[in-house]
Amino acid sequence: MALPTYASTPQVIWYYTFRGICALIFFFLIAPILVIIPLSFNAENFFTFTPEMLSLSPEGYSTKHYEDFFNTSDWQQAMWNSLKIAPMATLLAVSFGTLAAIGLSSEHVPFRRAIMAVLISPMIVPLIISAAGMYFFYSRIGLQGTYLGVVLAHAALGIPFVIITVTATLVGFDRSLTRAAANMGANPVTTFFRVQMPLILPGVISGALFAFITSFDEVVVVLFVGSAGQKTLPWQMFIGLREQISPTILAVATMLVGISICLLTVVELLRRRSERLRGMSPG
Amino acid sequence: MADTDSSDAFVAFERVQKSYDGETLVVKDLNLSMPKGEFLTMLGPSGSGKTTCLMMLAGFETATHGEIKLDGKPINNIPPHKRGIGMVFQNYALFPHMTVAENLAFPLEVRKIPKSEREEKVKRALDMVQMGAFGGRRPAQLSGGQQQRIALARALVFEPELVLMDEPLGALDKQLREHMQFEITNLAHSLGITTVYVTHDQTEALTMSDRVAVFDDGRIQQLAPPDQLYEAPQNSFVAQFIGENNTLIGTVKSIDGEFCKVQLEDGEVIDAKAVNIGEVGTKTQVSIRPERVEYNRERMAEGVHTLKAEVLEFIYMGDIFRTRLRVAGKDDFVIKTRNAPDQVRLKRGEQIEIGWLPSDCHALDA
Repeated sequence: MALPTYASTPQVIWYYTFRGICALIFFFLIAPILVIIPLSFNAENFFTFTPEMLSLSPEGYSTKHYEDFFNTSDWQQAMWNSLKIAPMATLLAVSFGTLAAIGLSSEHVPFRRAIMAVLISPMIVPLIISAAGMYFFYSRIGLQGTYLGVVLAHAALGIPFVIITVTATLVGFDRSLTRAAANMGANPVTTFFRVQMPLILPGVISGALFAFITSFDEVVVVLFVGSAGQKTLPWQMFIGLREQISPTILAVATMLVGISICLLTVVELLRRRSERLRGMSPG
Repeated sequence: MADTDSSDAFVAFERVQKSYDGETLVVKDLNLSMPKGEFLTMLGPSGSGKTTCLMMLAGFETATHGEIKLDGKPINNIPPHKRGIGMVFQNYALFPHMTVAENLAFPLEVRKIPKSEREEKVKRALDMVQMGAFGGRRPAQLSGGQQQRIALARALVFEPELVLMDEPLGALDKQLREHMQFEITNLAHSLGITTVYVTHDQTEALTMSDRVAVFDDGRIQQLAPPDQLYEAPQNSFVAQFIGENNTLIGTVKSIDGEFCKVQLEDGEVIDAKAVNIGEVGTKTQVSIRPERVEYNRERMAEGVHTLKAEVLEFIYMGDIFRTRLRVAGKDDFVIKTRNAPDQVRLKRGEQIEIGWLPSDCHALDA
C-alpha cells in the first residue's frame, strides 16, 4: 500500500486524502463510544467532564455509578430480564434459522427466493413497523406482555442474521459429503449432526452472535411487545435517559461495550477454531 | 445383447429408465446383470447416463421406470443409508473435520460396532491401502493420491459386498493413476467384492475390468470383456470410442455368411466381417484397427484384397511407427507397426499397397 515512486501529483493527493477520510470515519465511529468510558467514572452526577477530571486528579473519579447499578433493584431486574430473554431468543433464532437456511439452499425447494425474502424481511422493514405489527398480533393471541412473546419477537428479529450467515457457509458445503455419509449407513439425523452441523458451525456461531446482540440491544420491539415484567437493560436505559439523567447509564453502557468486545473475541476465536477443524487450513 | 442369466445375478437393472425433467430420458431401457465378484466398468462420454446409473444403484436418484435388484431383492424403495453399498466418490468426499481414522470409523460407528472391533477394522483397512501411519491426520494434510486411498479404505471398511466407484482416479496424475488402477483391481479381486466402476477413460476401463459396458445416449451399446470390446466391436460407436480406429465408408455389395464384400466410395472392393449391417445395397462403416493393417506383401495372407495407399506422414514413436496414409480418398488413415529390426520405414510420398485379414475388418452400422 506504500505510495509507488512513479505516482503523479493527483495520485499523491488522493493517497493522503483517502487516509484522511478513513481516519475521520474511524473517529466518528469510535469517539462517541470512547468518550463515555471516562465519563462513567465521573464523581459528580453530571454528563460533563468536571475540572477535576480534566486535571486528572483522583477526586474527580469514582466508581459510584457502578455501585449504583449493582445496588439498584430496577437495574438488577433489567439485567436479569435481558439475560433471560436474549439466550432463549438466540436459541430459537439459531435452530429455526439454521433449518431454514439448509432447506432454502437445496435446489428443489419451490419459490425459495420468495421464502427467503419473507424470512429476511424483519431486517429490512423499519423496526417500528415490525414492532407495531407484532403488538397488535400478539395482543390478539395473548402473547403481548409475556416473556414468551418477547422471546418470540426477538427470535424473529434474529432469524435473518442466522439465515444469512448459515447460507453463506452452505455455499462452500460439499453436498457429496452428505451423500457419502448416507452411503456409509448414516440416517439423515445422524448425517446432520455428525457431518453437516460441524462443518457449518462457523456460520451458525456468527449468526448466533448477531442474534444475541440483536436481542440484547433491542429497545423498540420490547417497548411494544413487553410489559413491566420484561423490562430489559436497553429499556431501563431508555427510561433512565428520559426520566433521571444519571451517569449510571454511562456505567451500564461501558459494561455493555466491554461485554460486546469479549463476546466478539470469544466467538471469533471459536469460529477460527472450527474453521480450522473443518480442514480449511492445514494445521 | 448377450448377458448372464438375471435370476442368479447379484446386481440387476431391469428395463430401467430415468428422466430428470419428465421429457428427455437420460437412461433408456437399461438391462444389465452382474454376477457376484465381477468388476464391471461403465464407460462412456459425459452425458451418456453412466453416472446416473451409478447414482440410481447407490440410491441418490430414483429410477423413473423399471427395477433395480440387489441380491435378488428390489431396492427401488430402500433409502441409500439402508442399502449397505460402499462408494468411492469422484472428489473422495472425505469428512474434513474428522481425522483419517475417524473417517474410517464413521460407517462402523453408525452400525453400532463395539469400539475395540472398530479400531481393529480401521487399522486393518488402513494397512490394506498402506496408510497405516496416517490415522491421526486430517484429509487436508494428505496428497491427492493418499486421499484416494483413504476414500477407498473407507468404502471397504464396513465390508460391503458391492462397491461403487465414480471416476475415482480422475484427479490424479497419470503415473499415480496407473498405479492405483492396479491396486484397486488387485484389492477388488482379492477381497472378492463386486465392483461397479464408472469412468470416461477407455484405457482405465480396458485394463481394470472383467466386463465393460459402453454407454452412449442412455443405452448400453455393448457389454463385453475388454478384449472382445476392442477386437469385435458391435457397432460403429463402440469401434470409434474404444481405441484408435480407421473407418471407411461404403455400401454392402454382397453377403456371404459371416463375411461380406463392401464397395468403397471410389469403387474399390474390400472383404470384411459382417457384424452389424443391413441388406445388400445399404451403407456401412468399415472399421480396421491401425495395428492390424499390413503393408508388407510377404506378410499378407493369400488372396486378400488390397488397397492402394500413399504415405503422407511417417512418425517415429520409439516402440512403434505411426504412418498416416491416403486411402480411398481419405487422408486420415493411420497404421501402426512395431519397431522390429526388419520393419520397413516408409517414406513420405511412397506408393504402397495395404491389406488385412477380413476377420479384422468389421462392417458396422453407418
